Amino acid sequence: MTKAQALLNWIDERLPVTQFWKSQLSEYYAPKNFNFWYYFGSLALVVLVIQIVTGIFLTMNYKPDANQAFQSVEYIMRDVPAGWLIRYIHSTGASMFFVVIYLHMFRGLLYGSFRKPRELLWLFGVLIYLCLMAEAFFGYLLPWGQMSYWGAQVIVNLFGAIPFVGEDLAVWIRGDYVVSDATLNRFFAFHVIAIPLVLLALVVIHLVALHEVGSNNPDGIEIKDKKDANGHPLDGIPFHPYYTVKDMVGVVVFLAVFTFIVFFAPEMGGYFLEANNFIPADPLKTPPHIAPVWYFTPYYAMLRAVPAFLGSQFWGVLVMGGAVLIFFVLPWLDRSPVKSIRYKGAYYKTALALFVVSFLVLGWLGTQPTDFLGAIGKTDVAVILARLFTLVYFGFFVLMPWYSRKDKTKPVPERVRG
Amino acid sequence: MKKASVLRFAARLEPMKAVLLFCLLLPVAAANANEPKLEEAPIDTRNVVSIQRGAQVFVNYCLSCHSATAMRYNRLVDIGLTPQQIKDNLMFAADKPGAPMTVAMRPADAKEWFGVAPPDLSVAARARGPDWLYAYLRGFYRDDSTPTGWNNLVFPNVGMPHVLWELQGQQALKMQDRKGEHGKEHVRTLTIATPGTMNARAYDSLAADLVNYLVFMGEPARQSRIQIGYAVLIFLGVLFVPIYLLKQDYWKEVH
Repeated sequence: MTKAQALLNWIDERLPVTQFWKSQLSEYYAPKNFNFWYYFGSLALVVLVIQIVTGIFLTMNYKPDANQAFQSVEYIMRDVPAGWLIRYIHSTGASMFFVVIYLHMFRGLLYGSFRKPRELLWLFGVLIYLCLMAEAFFGYLLPWGQMSYWGAQVIVNLFGAIPFVGEDLAVWIRGDYVVSDATLNRFFAFHVIAIPLVLLALVVIHLVALHEVGSNNPDGIEIKDKKDANGHPLDGIPFHPYYTVKDMVGVVVFLAVFTFIVFFAPEMGGYFLEANNFIPADPLKTPPHIAPVWYFTPYYAMLRAVPAFLGSQFWGVLVMGGAVLIFFVLPWLDRSPVKSIRYKGAYYKTALALFVVSFLVLGWLGTQPTDFLGAIGKTDVAVILARLFTLVYFGFFVLMPWYSRKDKTKPVPERVRG
Repeated sequence: MKKASVLRFAARLEPMKAVLLFCLLLPVAAANANEPKLEEAPIDTRNVVSIQRGAQVFVNYCLSCHSATAMRYNRLVDIGLTPQQIKDNLMFAADKPGAPMTVAMRPADAKEWFGVAPPDLSVAARARGPDWLYAYLRGFYRDDSTPTGWNNLVFPNVGMPHVLWELQGQQALKMQDRKGEHGKEHVRTLTIATPGTMNARAYDSLAADLVNYLVFMGEPARQSRIQIGYAVLIFLGVLFVPIYLLKQDYWKEVH
């Protein structure tokens, strides 16, 4: 026995390192037919690590103080060695996190990854998504530019629209009657410690649930149903080394895209870093056009699309919240006998395509002022479009029990196809 | 493509593809509805001589009212100036090379004089963009209805008077009605009423230099960012080869 082996034995008797390695990686069997869409789970982990590491270094130089925050970001950009690099990686990472997560969620919709027995896996995934939205929202206030300030003002005011308790709730969230130094301080606390802690815990639960039920695959069939004499799935391969080396290829390609943005287009044409956010926050000057960062714009478009009813704007808030929360019930809406889009019929394919289109169009509408397409009568064209696509968005979910049952499905093969 | 032929083309498509096409065309339709585009600022961010000239203009004309507190004087070595050159030619308001570009004017006084405190210009180029700044610097005209006697094409009723008027001269606003693509259009043009010490071409070039400097000041790390970027992308391109071969080698046994 070598000395290294002896040391490992000594540790294993006290901490199950080898057992963990085997059960989670080298003897964890994953379907052998993962395609392009299966890169985004591991990429999400990569971005999470990038955000935490760059975030720690930013925290060392950032000042959560209404009088100093804006200047301290410019201090990082100019006087901190490689500060501009760390800041751009963090700001690009925020947007790329959502790119990766949206593609990861789309994969779930394609192949029915939310279906039995993966309902809890999906639920914890949606919780991660919610956490990520909170993390992005709190973080966006910190540079203390005009968009930071007025974006936060708009979102906190949404809580003010809740009947009876709204106003008090909004004051409680802000710690003041307007977004102020007190708000900045608490948002900083949420952004650097509270939400990341919850996020990390949820990611661990998401992975534990994944490794309990095993990954779905593009064919949407369970590889555990067909096992060889040793009890290993016939269509499964050990995660390590096969998927570790494959995911490394994905990581290199992803980093090429990521670093291209960081070094050549860190503002991404105003979508990742908004031009207005280079103007320091001014509580007395409302910008003519307030738009959140691109990853929130589909929901923002819905919020603006819902008309006031019974003298309250609360319905828009309800619709916006509902659009996010409806992902939670997805596992119980799909009544199709098959999971994967490969064996689903024209109904689901059309519904999913319309859903994607509505999400993209709403996202685009949310970046623009409501009057940018002109008006028909008294109603802005952009608002009419947003209403139409909000209906399509919700239609995808609400009508799913009906169209997924009616759909003509194809027979599912016994074993996975390449 | 004409409107009718677009519709005929769309009619032949499956409904799904028509939806996709519609989404692709929407932004095009929207772009037309927006205001006329600003002229592109003729700047070359790698031309350090132009940036140096712009720094000279900035220090002489802008820095009396506008601060740039995020910018330190000694950072100007990045545009090829020596510490001695910076000290002799550009540092009028500070005596330490590491000092930021501040102004002596108090914000309260400024507010009284101009109606609004002149904004800090450290990151003005990132907030407004070079094209807007270029149009702004060339867009001043005489207007007796404003407190300063000046107005601006891209920033109506701006509080700032035309500081560079001795160079450019005084422009006058001309309103013209013209038949355009979408029917009658109002065209607002500027003409030189009283010439300054520079001709139009020389002034435009000075404005471009100043914008070039403001772009540099908005992000001094810009040039090194781009240079490092090439190295990083080349590294990742090279790294891709062994990683990909490693993956292929493992995966050839998977059937």
